[in-house]
Amino acid sequence: MRAFARLFALISLALPAWADPDPADWPAVLDEARGQTVYWNAWGGATATNEFIRWAGRQANERLGVTVEHVKLADTGDAVSRVLAEKSAGKDTGGAIDLIWINGANFAAMKEAGLLYGPWAEELPNWAYVDVAGKPAVVSDFTVPTEGLESPWAMAQVVFYYDTARLAEPPRTMPALLEWARATPGRFTYPQPPDFLGTTFLKQALYGLADDPAILQGPAEGADYDAVTAPLWAFLDDLTPHLWRQGRAYPQTGPRQLQLMADGEIDLAISFSPGEASTAIANGQLPDTVRTYVLEGGTIGNASFVAIPYNATAKAGAMVLANFLLSPEAQARAQDPAVLGYGTVLDLDRLSPQDRARFDALELGIATLAPEELGPALPEPHPSWTTRIAADWTARYGTGD
Amino acid sequence: MRPLRLAPALTLALMLGPVLAGLVGTLLPAIGVLPALGGSTPGLGPLKALAGWPGLAGALWLSVVPGLAATALSLGIVTLFVAGWQGGRAFAALERALAPLLAVPHAAAAFGLAFLIAPSGWIARALSPWATGWMRPPDLLIVQDPWGLAMVMGLVAKEVPFLFLMTLAALPQARPAQRLTLARALGYGRVTGWLKAVFPAVYAQVRLPVYAVLAYSMTVVDVAIILGPGTPPPLAVQVVRWMADPDLSLRFLAAAGAAAQLALVIAALGLWRLGELGLGALGRRWAEAGRRRHGEGALQAAGLALATLSALAVIGGLLGLAVWSVAGFWGFPDILPDALSTKSWLRHAPALAGPTVETIVIAAAATGMALALTVACLEAEHRFGLSPGARSLWLLYLPLLVPQVAFLPGLQTFALVAGADMGRGAVILGHLVFVLPYVFLSLAAPWRAWDARHAQVAAALGAGPARVLWTVRLPMLLAPLLTAAAVGCAVSVGQYLPTLLIGAGRVQTLTTEAVALASGGDRRIIGVTALAQTALAAAGFALALAAPRLVWRNRRALRGA
Repeated sequence: MRAFARLFALISLALPAWADPDPADWPAVLDEARGQTVYWNAWGGATATNEFIRWAGRQANERLGVTVEHVKLADTGDAVSRVLAEKSAGKDTGGAIDLIWINGANFAAMKEAGLLYGPWAEELPNWAYVDVAGKPAVVSDFTVPTEGLESPWAMAQVVFYYDTARLAEPPRTMPALLEWARATPGRFTYPQPPDFLGTTFLKQALYGLADDPAILQGPAEGADYDAVTAPLWAFLDDLTPHLWRQGRAYPQTGPRQLQLMADGEIDLAISFSPGEASTAIANGQLPDTVRTYVLEGGTIGNASFVAIPYNATAKAGAMVLANFLLSPEAQARAQDPAVLGYGTVLDLDRLSPQDRARFDALELGIATLAPEELGPALPEPHPSWTTRIAADWTARYGTGD
Repeated sequence: MRPLRLAPALTLALMLGPVLAGLVGTLLPAIGVLPALGGSTPGLGPLKALAGWPGLAGALWLSVVPGLAATALSLGIVTLFVAGWQGGRAFAALERALAPLLAVPHAAAAFGLAFLIAPSGWIARALSPWATGWMRPPDLLIVQDPWGLAMVMGLVAKEVPFLFLMTLAALPQARPAQRLTLARALGYGRVTGWLKAVFPAVYAQVRLPVYAVLAYSMTVVDVAIILGPGTPPPLAVQVVRWMADPDLSLRFLAAAGAAAQLALVIAALGLWRLGELGLGALGRRWAEAGRRRHGEGALQAAGLALATLSALAVIGGLLGLAVWSVAGFWGFPDILPDALSTKSWLRHAPALAGPTVETIVIAAAATGMALALTVACLEAEHRFGLSPGARSLWLLYLPLLVPQVAFLPGLQTFALVAGADMGRGAVILGHLVFVLPYVFLSLAAPWRAWDARHAQVAAALGAGPARVLWTVRLPMLLAPLLTAAAVGCAVSVGQYLPTLLIGAGRVQTLTTEAVALASGGDRRIIGVTALAQTALAAAGFALALAAPRLVWRNRRALRGA
C-alpha cells in the first residue's frame, strides 16, 4: 500500500512536466493541440479586431484542428483579475483563460506576480521570421524584457487623425498643439487616463516636452520624477481649459473618439493604429475627409502580444494559435487596412518571395501613411512612468472639478 | 410533505448563501487579507489608502446624491401619475407600454438617452441649424456633467417603469376605489384625495422595491459610465476600475472601496428611513389639516407630463439606436443618416446567434428554478399556515440591497474554491440569486390573493392538496405565473457582472457581448445589440400576455391582465 502511495506521488510529481507542452518538439505540440479549444481573451471594443480574431479562429480550426473562442473583454484588466482570482483560490491547473491579448502594464503586472506560463514564445517555428533587430519592441514590452513569456503579433505606432474639412493644417509639435487649442478651444480631447491610449498621449507629450527623454527608459524611481515631469504638468495646466468640455469630461476609450469626430465634436484625435482611420472610413464611422499624420521628432511605437496564463488549460492550442498569428499570411492580413491596418512584426527580408508578395500587394488605405511617412518610432517609457503619470494625472485632473 | 416544508429554508439558503460567502470574500482584502498577493496579516492599510485617495469625497457625493435624487424623483413621478390618472385612458396606455419599457436594458437606455440629449444628439440635430444656427455641435457639458444630472435622468427613465409595475401589483391590496370614493365624497380633489387616502397604504407595499431602487441607483456601474461624470466617477465605477487595474496592489483599495460602498448604502437606506418617518409625521398633519384641493389640474398635468417624458426618453433613445443600427455615415447636423444599410446587422447578427441561445437557456433555467422554489414556498406557506414575517421579506430583498461590487468578486473566488465555476450551471445558480427575489415579489401578491374557497370546493369533491395545486390553483394563476416568469427572464437577460465573473468569460450571453462590443462606443453595434436584447426580453413579456389568452380563450375571467 505504501509503495503504491509512493508510486502515486511520483506520478503526480512527474505530471506537470508532462502536461506542459514543449514548443521545441513542435509536432508533439501540434498533436496535442488538435481538438483543443482555446479561450482567447481579447478586448472586444473594436469591430475590426473582432473580425480579424474570428478569421484567425476559423483558419486555426480548419487547418490545425484548434477551436478558438473569442472571449470579448470590456477591459483587459478583467482577464488579469480572473487569473489572479484563480490563483487566490489555488486553481493552478484548468484555468479559464488560454491566451490573452496583452501588453504594457498588464504584462508587467502579470509577469511580476508570476501569473504567466513560459518561456515559450521564442521557440515557436515562426519566431524565425520575427524582426527582433529592426523592431526591438517585440522583445521589450514597455522596456520590460518579454523573456519568451509573450509572443508579439502586431506593431502599433501613435498617429493623430484630423478632419481636413475642418482643420487644414494640424499642429505637428506639442507646443503647436497648445497654440492651436488656445485659438480653437473645445476641439481636442484624449481618452481619460488610466485608459492606455490616454496615458500614451501623456507619454507622447512628455517626449515632446522633456529636456532629456532618454531618462524615460529607466525606472521612474531612479530619476528625478518631479523635475522630469514638471514640463508635462505645466503643459497640461495650460491645455486643459481649452480641451473639449474644458477638460471636465473625457471620452473613456480610444474608439469613442471616432464617434466624437463623426459627430463633429472634435477635430483632432490620437490613435495607436496607423490604419484605424482608414478602416473607420471604410465602415462609415468617419467622413472620408479624415487623414492621419505624425508629430515631428517621432511618435511612440509598441507591440501587441499574446501571453498564456500559468494555469491555462489548452497551452498547446494557445501556442499553435500564437504561431499562426506570426505566419506571413496572418501578418499580411492584419496589415491590410481593409481588415485591421496593424503593422507586421516580421522581417520581410526573411520571407519567401511568395510571402513577401502578399505584403507588396496590400493597398494602403485612403488615410493611412506609408511606412516611410510614419517617421521614427520612439520606444515606450518604462512601465513605472506609465503607472505614476496616470496616477498623478488622476490626482490632478481626474478627481476634482 | 416534508420536502415542501423545507422549501422556504432551501430558498433562503440558495439566495443568501452566495451573498454572504461573497461578502466575506470581498471584504477580507479590505482589511489586507489576500494571500495570492501576499496579504496575510489584517490591518487598516487599505482603508487608510482609500481615505487618502483625493477623489473620495467627490465619489461618495456622486454615489449618494444622484442615488437619492433618482429614487425620490422616480417615486414622485409614479405617485403623481397614478394619483392623477388611475383608471383613466393615459393610465391604460402607460400600462401597455410597460413591458417594452421594462425590456430595454439599462445600458441600452443610457446610450439611447445620451444620443438624444448630447450637444451632437438627436434633439440638437432636429433643431439645427434652422433654429439654433449650429453647423457644429456646441461645446456644452450635458452628458457626463459633474453633478450627475444626466445620470439621474437615465436612472429615472428606467426606474419609473419598475416602480410603476410594483405599484400596480400593490394597488389592489390598498383598495384604491373604495378609499378614493370615500375621499371624493368628502369633497377631496382627485390627486389630493389619492395622496391622503391611498398613498400611505400603497407606500407600505412598495417600500422594499423603493429601497431596492435606492441601492441600485447608488451602485449602478453601466449607466454611470455612460451618462455619469468621470472626474471623479461615482464610487462603484471607481471600484470596478481599481479591480481592472494592471497594478494588482490596487485590488486592496478596490476591496476597501467596496466595503465603503456597502456602508454607504446602509447609511443611505437609514437616511431614507428617517426621511420616511419625518415626511410621515408631516403628512399626517397635512392630512388632518383637511384641505381638500391643491392645484389638482396642475398636479395631474405634471404627473402625465413627467411620466410621458420618462417613457419617451427610453423609447426615443431606442428608436435612435435602431436608426443607428442601419445607418451609413451620419454626421451632424443631419437628422437622418446619408444612407441606410443592413451592413451592421449582417456583420454582427451571425455572431450574436450563439450568445442568444445561451441567454435563452440560462434565462429559462434560472427562471424555471425560481418559479419552482417560489411556488413551493408559497404553497408551504398556504398548507402549513406559515405566516411570512416582515423579516423574511427583508431577507428576500438582500441580494437587491447589497451592492453587486461588494459581493460578486468574493463570490467568484468562492465558486473557484468550490470548483464550481466556469460552467453554465454555475452561471444559472448565480442568476438565480437575482431572479428569485423578482419572481417571488411578482407572484406573491396574486398567489395570496387567490380565493381559498376554490380549494375548499375541490377538497369537498375529493381532491388532495397536490391535486388542488396542479389542477386548480396553478391553472387559475397562469397569467400571474407567466408574468412573474417574464420579469424573471428580463432580469436574467440583463445580468452582466454575475455572468462575467462566475462564467469566467466562457459563458457568453447577449449582455456580455453587448457590454464588450459597446466599450468601443460605436453606436451602430450598440444599436444592433440593444435591439437584440430588448427583443429577447420583450418576447418574454409578449408570450406572458398572449399565452393565457390562447389557453383560456373560453374562460374570460382567467385571461389575466
